[in-house]
Amino acid sequence: MRSRVNRRLIAGVAAVGIAALALAGCTGDIADDGETGDCGPYEQYGTFDGASVTISGTILDLEADRLVESWKDFAACTGIDISYQGTSEFEAQIAVLADGGNAPDIGIVPQPGLLQRLQAGGWLIPASDAVVANIDQWWDPAWKAYGSVDGTVYAAPLMASIKGYIWYSPSEFADKGYEIPKTLDELTELSEKIAAEGDHQPWCVGLESGEATGWPGTDWVEDYVLRLSGPEVYDQWVTHEIPFNDPAIVEAFDAVGDYLKNPDMVNGGFGDVSTQISEAFQTAGLPILDGECSLHHQASFYETFWNPDGGTSNTVGSDGTVYAFLLPPENEGDPQAVTGGGEFPVAFRDAPEVEAVRAYLSSDTWANIRVGLGGVISANKGVDPDNASSELLKQSIEILQGDTTFRFDGSDLMPGAVGADSFWKGIVAWVGGQSTQDTVDAIEASWPSS
Amino acid sequence: MTTADLLGKILQIVMGLVVFAAIVGLLIFFIDKAPKRGRDYWQLVGFLAPAMILLAIGLIYPAIRTTGLAFLDKQGVFSWDNFVWAFTQPAAVRTLINTIIWVLLVPTLSTVLGLAYAVFIDRSRGERVFKALVFMPMAISFVGAGIIWKFVYEYRSAGREQIGLLNAIGVAFGGEPVQWLQTDPINTILLIVVMIWIQTGFAMVILSAAIKGIPTEQIEAAELDGTNAWQRFRNVTIPGIRGALVVVLTTISIATLKVFDIVRTMTQGNFNTSVIANEMYTQAFRASEIGRGSALAVILFVLVTPIVIYNVNVLRKQREIR
Repeated sequence: MRSRVNRRLIAGVAAVGIAALALAGCTGDIADDGETGDCGPYEQYGTFDGASVTISGTILDLEADRLVESWKDFAACTGIDISYQGTSEFEAQIAVLADGGNAPDIGIVPQPGLLQRLQAGGWLIPASDAVVANIDQWWDPAWKAYGSVDGTVYAAPLMASIKGYIWYSPSEFADKGYEIPKTLDELTELSEKIAAEGDHQPWCVGLESGEATGWPGTDWVEDYVLRLSGPEVYDQWVTHEIPFNDPAIVEAFDAVGDYLKNPDMVNGGFGDVSTQISEAFQTAGLPILDGECSLHHQASFYETFWNPDGGTSNTVGSDGTVYAFLLPPENEGDPQAVTGGGEFPVAFRDAPEVEAVRAYLSSDTWANIRVGLGGVISANKGVDPDNASSELLKQSIEILQGDTTFRFDGSDLMPGAVGADSFWKGIVAWVGGQSTQDTVDAIEASWPSS
Repeated sequence: MTTADLLGKILQIVMGLVVFAAIVGLLIFFIDKAPKRGRDYWQLVGFLAPAMILLAIGLIYPAIRTTGLAFLDKQGVFSWDNFVWAFTQPAAVRTLINTIIWVLLVPTLSTVLGLAYAVFIDRSRGERVFKALVFMPMAISFVGAGIIWKFVYEYRSAGREQIGLLNAIGVAFGGEPVQWLQTDPINTILLIVVMIWIQTGFAMVILSAAIKGIPTEQIEAAELDGTNAWQRFRNVTIPGIRGALVVVLTTISIATLKVFDIVRTMTQGNFNTSVIANEMYTQAFRASEIGRGSALAVILFVLVTPIVIYNVNVLRKQREIR
């Protein structure tokens, strides 16, 4: 009897052991091979013996490899062992992890709204003087505000992206004599001209994005609020100083509705207006290549979607198969205003090595190295645009560094209940036929009371 | 990860397991050596305590905390706001209505279909094969079923090649492709079909076993009385399997109330298809409205409780009869 009990116990222990081993194999650390380049630029950060820093964020795959590459020399020279773990569940999980005391040392937060929520939880370490000095030197004050709560700076921006690009085919524009519009009215005229030609609708739009379905539509509205009513109204809108159903917002919705709810304008290559909600945003711009539509509104990152099957058959450039211009201002000569996004590396552990890493990430040295590795831009004014990996990214850096009003993507600034839920769902219902007033009223009602 | 790291981790795990085994061993040893007087009591405590402690940590404490959170606003002050939101906001009300539609349709249709199928194939040739065919969807996870059916309902605009089965058939017969999953209210019904597809097999297996448990004498007696098939079904079969029917109905009802995976994989709750469990997750983790998510969890708990109590009562009565 005794021996049978023991045998069962051993079997149980063995089963637990195998499961634990299998789970241990799931850790996704990326090993660095410790190659050392020139350590000169990194002397100011000091050296650390046996210190290690863990970083987590939403950045995955190739982008994650490039991120790890960007701090390899820094890590080798300062002796800080940096490990990065990317997860698509970061936004949903980080508050839970922080609450349980299991947060990474640094979390790369992609939304100011999430940063504020983490701050409200009392988990964030304010940025060190070195980081704040870097922000003051290299960034526009608007960016500093997005990394701050109540005047305390919690993080410097990391990378950036620009929204509000309109993709088109340069060869089609040349063949048919279309001009790149300089005002919103000229854009309307161009769209009507294309529509009048009768062989296709001018715009192709895709709003489908899994649980985030609707967000490409929110980008349209944000771009129009910023251009029609200016940055002050935009700021009041995202902070709820004016209600969501303010006339200024209704005006922006209606201006967008002249495209998205108009069967003459959409949905080139796909069908009627309703096809927008079932068309994935990743593939929605592709009919431009077949001449089934002429214009597609999407952020700078859409550059990577033009070759869905891989390869390089479609090129992005002013002389390539596709290129993009920025959604123009309301009047010719108005200063350009853009919406966009970015990330903020916030700290959960107060330690010199963590702040050293954050200081490095906020420097122009890091920004130039990362931009040089390709695929992204930074709003750091110390970045040399020539380091950008493509013509479009170079143009984007110049826009960010020029005399441009920058505002963060509005839905990322609003409370999650609006920015990540009712605004998206509202766009879907609105494109599906709901009136503008009903839509903005419903979103206003969902705004959390506190 | 280097080999040294890996070996270090393995060593940690082995150490942990040794400590765990030692504690369990010690516990068993001491329980075995407990004084003769009241040994039963000590053994009871010794073996039950770990389970009770884990239950308290993993079930009772979270339930109390969730209930508490449901009554707090963002400043941590008591308020009814979350419940007011759940019962007045059109989107939230729609979630509750959808859940009610699910709970009305899935258990009844699955049970009726399962019962009809069980009766028709009863004692037929190849019964096992027929049973296996209907039971097989039970072996597929809800997520897997959702992905399969998403392909069935897939939409491509007119003129393009239809990769969705339903639209491909429609177009082949000259129809227009339909945006099945985007069109309210048909989309909720189409999601319900998936759940019925899975649960019918479960209902069929349990009811078929119950039907076989009805004594043949009763059926023969009814036949001698000159009843027709429908009368025998109404007056002999149904009363004979009443207990099984209740178990099937209640089990499927509970599964339906907490349905999450199907909605999550197929529409993510978009296009007015959300249900309580899905909205609970969305509010708590994506919209970071913990209070609203908790309020929905409490509502779900309140809805499930009477069904569980009824189910337990029926099972207890059945045991008493036997």
